[in-house]
Amino acid sequence: MKKQTFDTRPAGPKPWNDPQVRSIFFQTIAIALVFWGGWVLVENTLSNMESRGISTGFGFLDETAGFGIIMNLVPYDATMSYGRTFWVGLTNTLLVSAMGVVAATILGFIIGVARLSSNWLVAKMALVYIEVIRNIPLLLQIFFWYFAVLSNLPSPRQSVDVGGALFLNNRGLYLPEPLTQDGFGLVWGGILLAIAAVVAIRVWAKKRQLATGQIFPTFKVGVAILIAVPIISYLAAGSPIEWDIPALKGFNFGGGITIIPELAALWIALSLYTASFIAEIVRSGILSVSKGQTEASKALGLPNGLTLRLVIIPQAMRVIIPPLTSQYLNLVKNSSLATAIGYPDLVAVFMGTTLNQTGQAVEVVAITMAVYLTISLLISLFMNIYNRAVAIKER
Amino acid sequence: MGNSMTDQTQTSEMQTPPRDQSDQKPGIIRVEGMHKWYGDFHVLRDLNLTVDQGERIVICGPSGSGKSTFIRCINRLEEHQQGKIIVDDVELTDDVRQIDTVRREVGMVFQHFNLFPHLTVLENCCLSPIWVRKTPRKEAEATAMEYLERVKIPDQANKFPGQLSGGQQQRVAIARALCMKPKIMLFDEPTSALDPEMIKEVLDVMIELAGSGMTMLCVTHEMGFAKTVADRVIFMDGGEIVEEAPPHDFFTNPQEARTQKFLKQILAH
Repeated sequence: MKKQTFDTRPAGPKPWNDPQVRSIFFQTIAIALVFWGGWVLVENTLSNMESRGISTGFGFLDETAGFGIIMNLVPYDATMSYGRTFWVGLTNTLLVSAMGVVAATILGFIIGVARLSSNWLVAKMALVYIEVIRNIPLLLQIFFWYFAVLSNLPSPRQSVDVGGALFLNNRGLYLPEPLTQDGFGLVWGGILLAIAAVVAIRVWAKKRQLATGQIFPTFKVGVAILIAVPIISYLAAGSPIEWDIPALKGFNFGGGITIIPELAALWIALSLYTASFIAEIVRSGILSVSKGQTEASKALGLPNGLTLRLVIIPQAMRVIIPPLTSQYLNLVKNSSLATAIGYPDLVAVFMGTTLNQTGQAVEVVAITMAVYLTISLLISLFMNIYNRAVAIKER
Repeated sequence: MGNSMTDQTQTSEMQTPPRDQSDQKPGIIRVEGMHKWYGDFHVLRDLNLTVDQGERIVICGPSGSGKSTFIRCINRLEEHQQGKIIVDDVELTDDVRQIDTVRREVGMVFQHFNLFPHLTVLENCCLSPIWVRKTPRKEAEATAMEYLERVKIPDQANKFPGQLSGGQQQRVAIARALCMKPKIMLFDEPTSALDPEMIKEVLDVMIELAGSGMTMLCVTHEMGFAKTVADRVIFMDGGEIVEEAPPHDFFTNPQEARTQKFLKQILAH
């Protein structure tokens, strides 16, 4: 007897009811629309520029800029090219962003923990800080620090003088600049030696704890070594640093390092503003760890500090990292508000002055956007790698 | 009596484990005139209890009677406001050092396991021995494996808690507490969050532990466990200890009206 097989499955749906056919159809339409839109934009721009006689291309980057910039981390003067103004703007943006990320993280974690303090006054002060700062527009806060606080500092002649070396006035904060002399190599050697010693001690202490159970005060000893060894090597090398102390010359100070008020105002405002958001993220992260975890840890005899370090924070971090990443991205992008007070960041210098002088709007805007996109994607990448490292494995 | 609760332990065919009477210390836990309030709410009223070393106490009572709060006071997860609690000659006061001393000697198992989800089973068991007892890791791991074998899950040592069933998690929690080599074990409704088929595996571990001479205080609704293992059963209601008796007397001849009513309710279904 021949075996007969029957296909008992019901007949497939009509093509227009088949989810796969539908999705291919709609995706094709969507892609076609995107390409058509892009083509119209490019076509339109090119024909408009042609009719106005604007040349395209990146040749303008080699032309002489001819304008001054009040702060530059890479060497710059007005005789250099537009390409150079890009690097000045970029480094200034990176500087204020990096300073902002560090300050906002530290401040945010402190305030976030303070918000959960059992001390009523501390918790309420943190609450007031968060609610006030995060509910006022950032631009307003930048103006506040720049015009209301820093501009009202005394003039250079009436500078606030700290020990004849550090001066604060409405033109900025003036710090002595260390100039390394011959023999400073020994101090670098000392610093490297100290770092190597601390790393070695950490490894050794961990090994000893695993082997004998004894816990070594790595942190305290490490700090002591990091401070003591460079100082000793500095003295041994015969103090090979000369200080360039700022001094009043005419109407302003010369020498030393200057922190201009534009940078200070932007940095303070960005840090305080972002810290208020980070504080809330930290608070929610800590609260997301259930009370049972704390209780289990305490019941095992772990004191409060170890409970926080070994049980609460590792679990809170996985909740904190993703929103923390977006705060870092926000901070970098918000730093472009620098334009409002004249801090020479990428937007102010390159998309402002350079764009105005050259008229190369498409190229300049494209470069600037590409830079912000790159910075943001890099931050996301690093934070995602870190996040994967702290994520909890389940099932 | 063929009710489902007693079946769990009767099927394990365990007789009351004999108590090791040799190194008994009288009054390892002493609670004297203890009161506790939550704000204006008087949760625990004038509790008095002395537990000798090696004794096994089961605390039962209707929900809201304060039984969980009571055993949580014994390792100071809850604060009491009046009276004395002395555990292994250390009185529980606001002194953080004394609290830590007591907690090192008292293990606790929770209703919801409370394993650390970011650590493996083995790391869960080793965390406190390494950081609090300062045991070398190899030694701590060896001890942990010993206890994991005792609760019959040594093969799960490198998994994360989220990968285990409820019953397995609770057995890990018991092993984790035992790794600190505590003198006293507190159980706060250890089987209440478990599916019925997992209750037995946890109770078996607890019965085995009782046989080893561990001092145990157990809040539970498992009356079969109480009958098999307990030296005394304590009935609480409205924040008070209403009745206290050996299990045989407690179940066959309860004295107080409230106890009778409670037993009728839990045994008659």
